[in-house]
Amino acid sequence: MSVGIVGYGAFIPRRRIKLEEIAKVWGADAPSYRKGLQLHEKSVPGADEDTVTMSVEATRNALARSGGVDPEEIGALYVGSESHPYAVKPSGTIVAEAIGATPALHIADLEFACKAGTEGLFLAQALVKAGEVKYAVGIGADTSQGAPGDALEYSAAAGAAAFIFGNDEDRILAEVVDTYSWTTDTPDFWRREYMHYPRHGSRFTGEPAYFRTTMSSARGIMEKAGLEPGEFAHAIFHQPNGKFPMRVGKKLGFTQEQLETGWLSPWLGNTYSGASPIGFTAVLDIAQPEDLVLLTSFGSGAGSDSFVFRVKERIEVARDRAAKTREQLDENQIYVDYGTYAKLRGKIRMAE
Amino acid sequence: MISPARSWREFPQRYRLEAARCEGCEKVLYPPRVVCPDCGGCTFETTPLPREGKVVTFTVVRVPPAGYTEQSPLPIALVELTNGVKVMMQVGDLADPEELEIGMPVRLEFRRVAWDGEAGLIFYGHKAVKG
Repeated sequence: MSVGIVGYGAFIPRRRIKLEEIAKVWGADAPSYRKGLQLHEKSVPGADEDTVTMSVEATRNALARSGGVDPEEIGALYVGSESHPYAVKPSGTIVAEAIGATPALHIADLEFACKAGTEGLFLAQALVKAGEVKYAVGIGADTSQGAPGDALEYSAAAGAAAFIFGNDEDRILAEVVDTYSWTTDTPDFWRREYMHYPRHGSRFTGEPAYFRTTMSSARGIMEKAGLEPGEFAHAIFHQPNGKFPMRVGKKLGFTQEQLETGWLSPWLGNTYSGASPIGFTAVLDIAQPEDLVLLTSFGSGAGSDSFVFRVKERIEVARDRAAKTREQLDENQIYVDYGTYAKLRGKIRMAE
Repeated sequence: MISPARSWREFPQRYRLEAARCEGCEKVLYPPRVVCPDCGGCTFETTPLPREGKVVTFTVVRVPPAGYTEQSPLPIALVELTNGVKVMMQVGDLADPEELEIGMPVRLEFRRVAWDGEAGLIFYGHKAVKG
């Protein structure tokens, strides 16, 4: 019995801020940030957009591509995010209610820095594989925050991706070939209770955290599945900035061509739990049947989930049934200045 | 602000755009009613509204009430959906409210409609955005 994705969808807010607009406020050298982090602009959520609203729209796009999955047959739904709108009260209940999946389903909100989204994918496919549920949804979504003036402010962005897993052969558009997770306790990035902004270990977030974890996870799944980099049509890695995913991919032996379809961060920013999942939706938008795809996330703290998918023929009829990811990224943008951005992101202290 | 109980009662309409189709005369009512104003029928079938339409008329609220103040200026439009049902709703994602035009095609997206300060409930529903 195969298990796979029967529907996928992304949602990217329309607002953007350019790197220069942030750099000029803090007296930073924009060209060196552009070159160093390979970032040009990032998405900004509107005052009326959050992890829940983006998750609903991404899941509706996934349902549109599912070939008629009845939401009432969804037995589990997981929202992975580090920016759930409530500290206590699940995001998943609102999403499930909005798509019509309540009440007979299991819901959980997940949190693991930037890999909370792929945790949901891992659980969803495992429950379908175990025969516990007919369909399960994994969502990665974030409206992430960077402290004013911090390096993270140039990348922290917003977006969501949703995937419906099932085991009916005629609906599967990408089959799960293998999964693997690699996790250690690595304190590279954290946010304590009641704090608005995260803190991080600066350069410690690089080699000992992102690169070690991502490479171990990707090598682990390739060894487990008996695959080499050259056998994949596409590979997607977590995208904390523009530079890291390209560098880690090339260190692992992947080519620019294998990496660039799912490489959205230079124009999207880092959508945290949404980052590698949204990159994966951009790949599914153009992938061909029988393509092998590697998806490797990274979450600070630190861990990485890896998946190998084999694209199936149904992708060709499913992909046009909802808004494609690159279209959402490249069209209808609304550019905002830093003042508007600061207001939208709640960075301005208001009167009580 | 809206009470938790009232917001909960309205979830089917606000979250899933559930309307009532009169089994007697087929009229679609949104929000649903107990008695059909056209034929007096009292039995209805639940039907979701389409999420596409066009702006019939609009206004821009420059001094919104509590719960909406962070969204000022707040565009409100009467939107005629593709099945002919007209719904009053907020318009989102406008760089400038001057972009609003009668006849503008719109899509309905799930958004925060209002929120009770920093500590209260967030009220979700649909807004019209440029189609």
